[in-house]
Amino acid sequence: MVAVHKSRKDMPLTPLSSPTLGSMGKTGYWRTFRPEVDYSKCTRCTLCWIYCPDAAIERREDDSPKIDYDYCKGCGICANECPVKAITMHREEE
Amino acid sequence: MAKVIIDTANHIAGYGAKAARVQVVPAYPITPQTTIVEKIAEFVEKGEMDAEYIRVESEHSAMVACIGAAAAGVRAFTATSAHGLALMHEALHWASGSRLPIVMAVVNRAMGPGWNIWPDFSDSLSQRDTGWIQFYCADNQEVFDTIIQAYKLCENEEVFLPAMVCLEGFILSHTYMPVKIPDQREIDDFLPPYNSGWILDVDRPYSHANLVSPDFYMEFRYMIQEAMESAKQLIPRIDKEYGERFGFEYGGLIEKYQCEDADLVLVTMGTMGSEAKITVDNLRRDGLKVGSARVRVYRPFPREEIQKLAEQVQMIATIDRHISFGMEGFLATEIQASLYNRGDLPLVAGFIAGLGGRDVTFKTIEKIAKKSLKWMREGGVEKITEWVDLKE
Repeated sequence: MVAVHKSRKDMPLTPLSSPTLGSMGKTGYWRTFRPEVDYSKCTRCTLCWIYCPDAAIERREDDSPKIDYDYCKGCGICANECPVKAITMHREEE
Repeated sequence: MAKVIIDTANHIAGYGAKAARVQVVPAYPITPQTTIVEKIAEFVEKGEMDAEYIRVESEHSAMVACIGAAAAGVRAFTATSAHGLALMHEALHWASGSRLPIVMAVVNRAMGPGWNIWPDFSDSLSQRDTGWIQFYCADNQEVFDTIIQAYKLCENEEVFLPAMVCLEGFILSHTYMPVKIPDQREIDDFLPPYNSGWILDVDRPYSHANLVSPDFYMEFRYMIQEAMESAKQLIPRIDKEYGERFGFEYGGLIEKYQCEDADLVLVTMGTMGSEAKITVDNLRRDGLKVGSARVRVYRPFPREEIQKLAEQVQMIATIDRHISFGMEGFLATEIQASLYNRGDLPLVAGFIAGLGGRDVTFKTIEKIAKKSLKWMREGGVEKITEWVDLKE
């Protein structure tokens, strides 16, 4: 969390925050469904990387996706967009 | 060199923005404001004013463009009226909560329906609780002077809040009066360039005015309240300094006229304050001890000055060009709220007048004063709220 101020005196006049990784904590635990990539089907088109609304997919050297499960909320947009169905969603407890 | 020009208050507001060296003007037309942004367009087009003029698609966009400009560290100005101001409502909160010193001219116009383009204060007073400072002007010179003073105030680091400079439609907006425009170098000396406490900068990115949890929200609100209290201290000082430099002074928060020995004080805002002075002169000639107190700054409300005034007088009559439906006029409410718990109080009577542009002349105010004096002698007000000149 960004909340570090003990006193009003050291607060800015309006909420300000620098862009940092996970300033709201690890949001991956919000997830109900977990995306999994079948790299044998993946064509490296990068559509999942483009569409991920949380920037929780890293684009590797060879353009293949790497999902950051600390921040992926499991929205399933990547699985929906993948043109070759290389990403599938699985219930977390399974 | 200083010069005197004869022009409408709207054009004078344009001169004010130019003299303040405003850098961004998002503009959307609405009667009776339009000629302000037209005048500024002319200044920009002629190269007399070095500003970015943005033609936006609505008043809401005009305000958010001002917010973006002010957050990027430049001086922003816009103008609106009535329904345009109402459409801005959400963005007004963003401007004050983001602590951005935007100055906006509000040319007061009644809210519809009934559709009406004439003046009353129902537009700006509906925005009372948005965290904006509100000035109300009584003549064209004051419009110019208040725009300069407003930037000086709002950009003070003790304040960092936006301000509305309100002027009544047509009574001022389209009426020609002589106005002294001071020398530009002297204005520049009084109002140096805007120095923001934080600037949107792609090289040092951060989120501005973003999510805040219940742990801290109250503190941010408290800081706005503190800024309003600071503004209350600074406004009389800025007004006095401006007066010493340029020759025009307006009494800071309240312009008082013949109040020292008054039994009855008429409390007004805007041009009704000018008319009230004529009423006072006339009644004084008949030996009636009447004074006028024009509330020049409605937010922050000059509570302490009202309390001081109340100690000297037997009766206060408020004249509101506005009605808070289901209660009374705002001046009546706030003056009574300022005085409660103080003991030995003057009588307070509230009058509603001039809605939708109905004339409030010195004669109207004389009727109000005479009725108030009668109630004062009788020792009680007959009606808490009296509608003036209402058809039976």
